[in-house]
Amino acid sequence: MHLIHELLISGLIVLGAIFALVGSYGMLKFPDLMTRLHAPTKATTLGVGGALVASMVYFLTLEGHVSIHEVLISLFLFLTAPITAHFIAKAYMHKHLKPKQLPKTQSGWSTYSASPAEQSHKHSQSSTSHQ
Amino acid sequence: MIDYALHFGFFALSLALLMNIWRAIKGPTDMDRILAVDTMVINLIAVIILYGIYEKTTLYFEAALLFAMFGFVSTVAYCKFILRGDVIE
Repeated sequence: MHLIHELLISGLIVLGAIFALVGSYGMLKFPDLMTRLHAPTKATTLGVGGALVASMVYFLTLEGHVSIHEVLISLFLFLTAPITAHFIAKAYMHKHLKPKQLPKTQSGWSTYSASPAEQSHKHSQSSTSHQ
Repeated sequence: MIDYALHFGFFALSLALLMNIWRAIKGPTDMDRILAVDTMVINLIAVIILYGIYEKTTLYFEAALLFAMFGFVSTVAYCKFILRGDVIE
C-alpha cells in the first residue's frame, strides 16, 4: 500500500471522527432543543460520510474493485437525516410550544391553521354571508 | 499509519457516544432523548464501518445498513406517535 493511499485514508478517518465528535459536543452545549437539532444532523452525516469514503478508498486499494455498499449507506443517510430532523422539530413544536410563541408568517403555520386556499374560501364565504 | 488513525477514530467516536448518552440521561424534554438516541445510532454506524476497515473485511456493511434503516424508522415512528397518538392510521 503506497504512502499516498495511506495518507488519504488516515486523513479521511481522522476528519470524519473529528466531525462526529464536534457534532455531539454541540448537541451537549446548546441551550434549547431547536438549536440542539442543528449540530448532530449536519456533523454526523459528514462524519459517517468521511468514514465511508475512507472505507471505499481502502477496499479499492486492497481488492482492486469498487464497492457500492458504502455509497448506498451514505445515500440513505443523506435522504433520511432531514426527515428525522423535521419530525423531531414538529413533534416538539406541537407538544411544548404555544401558538403565541411561534414567529409570524404570511399565511400561518401549516399544522396550526387551515391552508391558504381554505382560509380564502372561508373569507369569501363569510363576506358573502354578511351581505 | 492507518492503525493510528483507526485508534484515534475509535476513541473520538466513543467520546461522542458518551456525550450522547449524557444528553439522553439529562435532556429535560423527551424529544431531547429521541435526538440523542438517533445520534447514537448514526455514530454506531461510523464505528461499525471503522471496525470493518480494522478487520480488513467487507462483511460489516450489511450490519451498518440495517442499523441505519432501524434508527430512521424508530425515530419517525416515535415522533409520529407523539404527534397523532397512532403510528400508522
